[in-house]
Amino acid sequence: MSEVTTMSDAADLLPEAEPARAARSGTRWLREFSLIPAMGLLILIGFIESPDFLTGDNFLAMLQQSTELSVLVLAEALILIGGRMDLSLESTVTLAPVLALWLVLPTSGNRFNGLGFGAAWLAIPACLLVGAAVGAINGFLILKMNLNGFVVTLGMLTTLHGLVVVVDGGQSITTVPPSFSYLGHHDWLGLPASVWVCGLLFTLGIAALGWYRHGRALYAIGGNPGAARAAGIRVERTMWIVLIIGSVLAAFAGMLYTGRLGSASASQGTGKIFEVFAATVIGGVSMNGGRGSLFGALTGVLTLRLIGNVLTFGHVSAQDIEFFNGVVILVALVVSRYTSGTAQD
Amino acid sequence: MTTPDREAAGHPGRPGGAPGHPVATALDVSKSFGATRALIDVGISVAPGEAHALVGRNGAGKSTLVSLLTGLARPDRGRILFDGQAAPPLSDRAGWQSRAACVYQKSTIIPGLSVAENLFLNRQSEGLRPISWKALRTRAADLLAEYDIDVDPAASAATLAVDQRQVLEIARALSFGARFIILDEPTAQLDGANIAALFDRLRRLQESGVAFLFISHHLSEVYEVCQTVTVYRDARHILTAPVSGLDKDALIEAMTGEDRSARAEFAVDRYLAPASQPAPALQISSLSLPGTFQEVGVTVGVGEIVGLAGAGGSGAVAVGETVAGLRRPSGGTVEVAGRRVRTGSVPDALRAGLGFVPEDRHAQGVVPLRPIAENITLTATDRLGRHGFFTGESLRRAGSALMRRLDVKAEGPDQPVSALSGGNQQKVVMGRALAGSPRALVLIRPTAGVDVKSKESLLGTVRQAAADGCGALLVSDELDDLRIAHRVLVMFKGAVVAEFASGWGDAALIAAIEGLGGADRPDQERNDDE
Ligand SMILES: Nc1ncnc2c1ncn2[C@@H]1O[C@H](COP(=O)(O)OP(=O)(O)OP(=O)(O)O)[C@@H](O)[C@H]1O
Ligand SMILES: [Mg+2]
Repeated sequence: MSEVTTMSDAADLLPEAEPARAARSGTRWLREFSLIPAMGLLILIGFIESPDFLTGDNFLAMLQQSTELSVLVLAEALILIGGRMDLSLESTVTLAPVLALWLVLPTSGNRFNGLGFGAAWLAIPACLLVGAAVGAINGFLILKMNLNGFVVTLGMLTTLHGLVVVVDGGQSITTVPPSFSYLGHHDWLGLPASVWVCGLLFTLGIAALGWYRHGRALYAIGGNPGAARAAGIRVERTMWIVLIIGSVLAAFAGMLYTGRLGSASASQGTGKIFEVFAATVIGGVSMNGGRGSLFGALTGVLTLRLIGNVLTFGHVSAQDIEFFNGVVILVALVVSRYTSGTAQD
Repeated sequence: MTTPDREAAGHPGRPGGAPGHPVATALDVSKSFGATRALIDVGISVAPGEAHALVGRNGAGKSTLVSLLTGLARPDRGRILFDGQAAPPLSDRAGWQSRAACVYQKSTIIPGLSVAENLFLNRQSEGLRPISWKALRTRAADLLAEYDIDVDPAASAATLAVDQRQVLEIARALSFGARFIILDEPTAQLDGANIAALFDRLRRLQESGVAFLFISHHLSEVYEVCQTVTVYRDARHILTAPVSGLDKDALIEAMTGEDRSARAEFAVDRYLAPASQPAPALQISSLSLPGTFQEVGVTVGVGEIVGLAGAGGSGAVAVGETVAGLRRPSGGTVEVAGRRVRTGSVPDALRAGLGFVPEDRHAQGVVPLRPIAENITLTATDRLGRHGFFTGESLRRAGSALMRRLDVKAEGPDQPVSALSGGNQQKVVMGRALAGSPRALVLIRPTAGVDVKSKESLLGTVRQAAADGCGALLVSDELDDLRIAHRVLVMFKGAVVAEFASGWGDAALIAAIEGLGGADRPDQERNDDE
């Protein structure tokens, strides 16, 4: 399964493609599960490290901590499969809840004073709308004005982060209406509500990309936009919608995050985008578009979380964990390059 | 295209006055890309059931007309009509697809998707219904069986060879059931047997009333399948005439605007090994790739051009790719000018002084969005400046020189390659192979998609390179390409089966390529007589 290549690296790839002139591609399904052995190994290490690792409580906590990242990865995977990228998701995560809370919080009486506009529940649609607006602006700049997506969303990342600081004055907002924090805070049938919702979102995404024409269009757009256009797919419109969906998902992740922590602040999202990309790429989604699956991306998130958890149980101190986390993610990238057997690009 | 128009678009060029409206008409259309005027007030009119050829040199505007006729671009001026009625708005893709199906010059196969999905892209299911993958594979298998294509519908399209992709494109275009089909150089990547099968199919469709617009640089194909021919030159309409009333020289004259008697003649000459007996430019010894070719040995002397001919599955292309390092052989050696090359490594082959023109220019040939100058000098950047640094100016100068040498038609060296016409992109690929002043060249179908005149200059460049002391292995089944070779080796089923000294007869060579030692099959002859 060779990628489209330039000549210099084609040598590594053609031999894989060559025997398959008429061969089946029965191994395609295996690729989806290529991270499972690594996850098994991590669980084994954790099990040896500590008796507290392999417990329901630990796994529940891990799942809940994965929800925000997995919603972000869902968003980024959709965008990457379509052949674009969005770095600004990291800022949308904090901007959307902060703006929403600013809108509804009363004008006085709290440490943070908002505009006191409307009922508290309005914060939820407001949060999602902020996300939609960010996606729409990104889409306009990238697709209508034909600006470079990397630079545009990098610029948005900084701009939006700055906007959060302007609004909240650099302090965190600790007054969160109960309706807003409900999903990040409550359990349904013994599982955190956010885990259910997250599972539902992935199910919808996997179904759309697996069995629906409009979802499949994303692979065509990412694989060869010219061909997609010739086949009647509305390339720009579809990508615009996907960018908006991505940002709405990021806003939703921000809501879950705020609900779980009980506060919103400018520093919440910082550094998240590296984890998002790492999980997506480890999960087998191509940075060049057209390849990868949402299920694979989900296994990428779980693998990252397992790594973090194993490190914590291995008594890596809080000040060292960032360094180790980075190193291990880079190692995981290298390992997944070989387990999946294809080049990451 | 704004107001509905029911008037019959009578076009001066249409012969005989076919009954009813022409299936497709372009009326005085113009199109520019920035400063480049790709079409200036041109017209074309295709009658029902007619096979209409559109010919012209590289960059004449043929593919641009195709994008107007298939609704991918809007003409700056002029109108497109189908069956005498205004074309649908650009947003109505389904409307365009039902009126005009097309095999585009650029590949529209998506490598990450399966064969089945590629065939039914954006029509995997009706409306909002979920896709049944099993049903889709069955539909694809039926379509493939109908066209005798031996490909697994579940296979990933990335694993297909160039010719397989091309037949997929053709099958997909025909599967829309349109009454008007455009084929933009469908045969450039196909071998003789595939072309014969395609033409059979075209004739049968034509009998059932389907009309074709057929674009090709093989003029013999135009005479074989078309009734009418339209010639464009430098973005303008030159003539439209019945094929039967126009001989080949007149046609080429219309394309080039030059008198045919002035053209360069390629005298076939003998290879004389240099007296000093240097190591051969390219020495291939008992090279094997399991399942593709076995124990192939070829020696290309300094200054020699050796043709390697073979049909689709013969392994000739694979030999070329293996020598260039794109494939890793199971055994055997490759030496370039006496230096042993690490097999399976493109960089090492380049270092040893090998220039390479790959078969698939879309995937391996060019970096589409980068400027021509950068593409054309890609293999030689270390020669342009010290330690890998080079200035934009030296890059542009070197690029311009090569562009002139190869007759690349473009605005300038800074234009991105993706804005070039297909044939001009091929010239850029060729320029890249020559840029590093190679000791040996491996050329796979180097003139695919190149017009008759540029073909002569391109082949002339190869001969010049050979005269300057470079050896060339020319993998092709085009007789015109092979004519410049000092000798031609023929491969069949993975082995070299015959050798022809220069001066070979077309019939004998074709028979050997088809694996019929000696039998004469004039119907398969594709001789452009140039
Ligand atoms: N997207 C584009 N941007 C800028 N210029 C373009 C673009 N597409 C085509 N051109 C220019 O328009 C002219 C006509 O190109 P076109 O592709 O129609 O030629 P063609 O007749 O199909 O040639 P060939 O036989 O080589 O395929 C060329 O000069 C080309 O450089
Ligand atoms: Mg063309």
